[in-house]
Amino acid sequence: MGKKNVQVEQVPDPQILNARDAIIRVTSSAICGSDLHLYNGYVPTMMRGDVLGHEIVGEVVEVGPAVLNLDVGDRVVVPFPISCGNCAMCERTLYSLCENSNPNWWMAEKMWGRSPCGIFGYSHLTGGFAGGQAEYVRVPFADFGPLKIPQEVTDDQAFTLADIFPTGYMGAEMCDIHPGDSVAVWGAGPVGLLAMASARLLGAERIIAIDRFEYRLRMAQDGAGATDVLNYEEVDVHEALTELTGGRGPDAAIDAVGLEGHAHGPLFAMDRAKQALKLETDRPVALREAIRCVRNGGTVSVVGVYGGFLDQFPMGSIVNRALTLKSGQCHVQRYLRPLLGRVLNGEIDPSFVVTHRLSLDEAPQGYTIFNDKMDNCEKIVLKPAA
Amino acid sequence: MERDYETLPLVRPGYVARSSKAGLLPLNDPLERRAKALGWFSLGLGAAMTFAPRLVARAIGLRPSVLAHTTIRAIGVRELAVGFGILAKKKPAGLLWTRVAGDVVDLTLLRRGASNGGTARALVAGASVLGITAVDVASAVQLTRHNMQERKEMGGMRVCRAITINRPPDEVYRFWRHLENLPQFMSHLERVETYGSEKSRWVAKAPLGTTVEWYADILFDRPNELIAWHSTGDSQVQNEGWVRFESARGGRETVVRAELHYQPPGGALGATLAKLFGEDPAHTVATDLRRLKQVLETGEVTHSDASIHKLPHPAQPPKSFDPSTKEAS
Repeated sequence: MGKKNVQVEQVPDPQILNARDAIIRVTSSAICGSDLHLYNGYVPTMMRGDVLGHEIVGEVVEVGPAVLNLDVGDRVVVPFPISCGNCAMCERTLYSLCENSNPNWWMAEKMWGRSPCGIFGYSHLTGGFAGGQAEYVRVPFADFGPLKIPQEVTDDQAFTLADIFPTGYMGAEMCDIHPGDSVAVWGAGPVGLLAMASARLLGAERIIAIDRFEYRLRMAQDGAGATDVLNYEEVDVHEALTELTGGRGPDAAIDAVGLEGHAHGPLFAMDRAKQALKLETDRPVALREAIRCVRNGGTVSVVGVYGGFLDQFPMGSIVNRALTLKSGQCHVQRYLRPLLGRVLNGEIDPSFVVTHRLSLDEAPQGYTIFNDKMDNCEKIVLKPAA
Repeated sequence: MERDYETLPLVRPGYVARSSKAGLLPLNDPLERRAKALGWFSLGLGAAMTFAPRLVARAIGLRPSVLAHTTIRAIGVRELAVGFGILAKKKPAGLLWTRVAGDVVDLTLLRRGASNGGTARALVAGASVLGITAVDVASAVQLTRHNMQERKEMGGMRVCRAITINRPPDEVYRFWRHLENLPQFMSHLERVETYGSEKSRWVAKAPLGTTVEWYADILFDRPNELIAWHSTGDSQVQNEGWVRFESARGGRETVVRAELHYQPPGGALGATLAKLFGEDPAHTVATDLRRLKQVLETGEVTHSDASIHKLPHPAQPPKSFDPSTKEAS
């Protein structure tokens, strides 16, 4: 309802607007770090009254006439990118670039040159779809996106498949990890932790977590399988990484921080000032450091969210050291089944990131706790009262 | 306008390179440069007047007073706005006329200031403004004439847009050729009725809940490649257009290029008014092509909770929605 103002209000129940829609009764819906970028006002085109939330697990209560694969009563997880499954991008499994799911494509084209897919509850640039931090949500292209979840998989496991687990996994996959590789991960938030866990699944030998909150670094070590942790408030990250990797730098670097990074020193002060004056939309402190630290010829994988423009981008380091920069909103549908498989056969339990379970009515407090990193908060799941 | 559709090449050289915004006629260089110079002049003068009104007052021989300084500052802000506008716009005829109007205001004010105890400096200032006014008038007239000429040669509005659809050309062609389908994705059409294979009647929504309609003939029809049509008789909206279907990605996809020429009701004035009220034809055609893509690839036009409303609306479930009435953004 304005910057740093989230409220719980009564809105009409969603209805079927397209034949391929389904209505889901939400049983779990999480607050994402990217919701905090909306909360703090860094993403344009949010309107008073927009419903947030794009990590959705629930039960199908109504299906449109064209949805033949889902039945009322099915328990499903809903991927955050809305994808039609028919366009050329979906055919190439680039689901977050679906050409048909963003009715506000022209807004996105003005901002970014071309339009990505529509996303639940994520500003009007990505379509103006009502989100899932609600009792009910309308899911477009329900015959393509949602995945049925077996009963033995808990809600706390299932919701991670909507965004954070595939996003972390894609972050690690983009690093093109070879057995024995070292991977440094900036940000030990939920996506960062799951990127570390995925890097381990993909065969990385050394996984280095970088954050400033001790409790998050502990989770990285205990839950996500990080071999080393660096608190950037205590050590010089470049120096520490150089030492840890025998002078070469990590083979790959993952930025799981995004546009609201923290750092110390004059450059960070400049970024904050410029952001406040709207001279720069994003402050890329983690990205700059990741680029500086990765080894020659290494890969920088960006899964942290950036929305607009940034300054002091070290292009010289990329060109002269032959780095590869990869990024993207996660093509969730590509990873749903494989990752559900990994959960089912016990390779990983992604629910280790969850620290708070609140009722939907407590969502406003949830945003405050999560944003201010109070009470050792890592991930909040909202449960609408049944 | 007569066209030889038989010889229309499938891909015309320079087709994509020419932006519909830039217009057909290139602007001759001296005129363009003079318009931009006037823009820079506005900026410089505006900056001086806004930030150093006292100095300006002294230079033009005005006695210092709060009123004089405030007036100078206000004129300065106007000059800055006009300057930025002229530099940002492609063919800023309207803004040049704004400059002329500004000159007249300035001259009037200068005369008033001078009669309150003017000096030789005021005379010099007046003469300079007169000189600049002459340049402004000449440039505004030339540019306006240029724009009118351009509009005439373009035959009203001219829009061309393209989109790639993940369906084979014969399927896309068939869908379009069945003209009754057009209102499914052309948001402004209410219905199209066909009489025989070539004649049709089009009914479109117009502002204030009214409709306009016209009859059209298919002029040229090359299956799976090109359809061209024009309005006939005394149609309310004189228009002609063609759409071509080009095979892409080995025939799996189709590039649809639509080009539309039309004389909106009320001519150029009508077009300007339409633009003011948000009915930008280029945007409309682009949106319609997107909807065509959605219909052919996914089965129907994609709605979001916010996009089903005409005006900006929060992304939350609507109170009620009837899919049969196509409200469009």
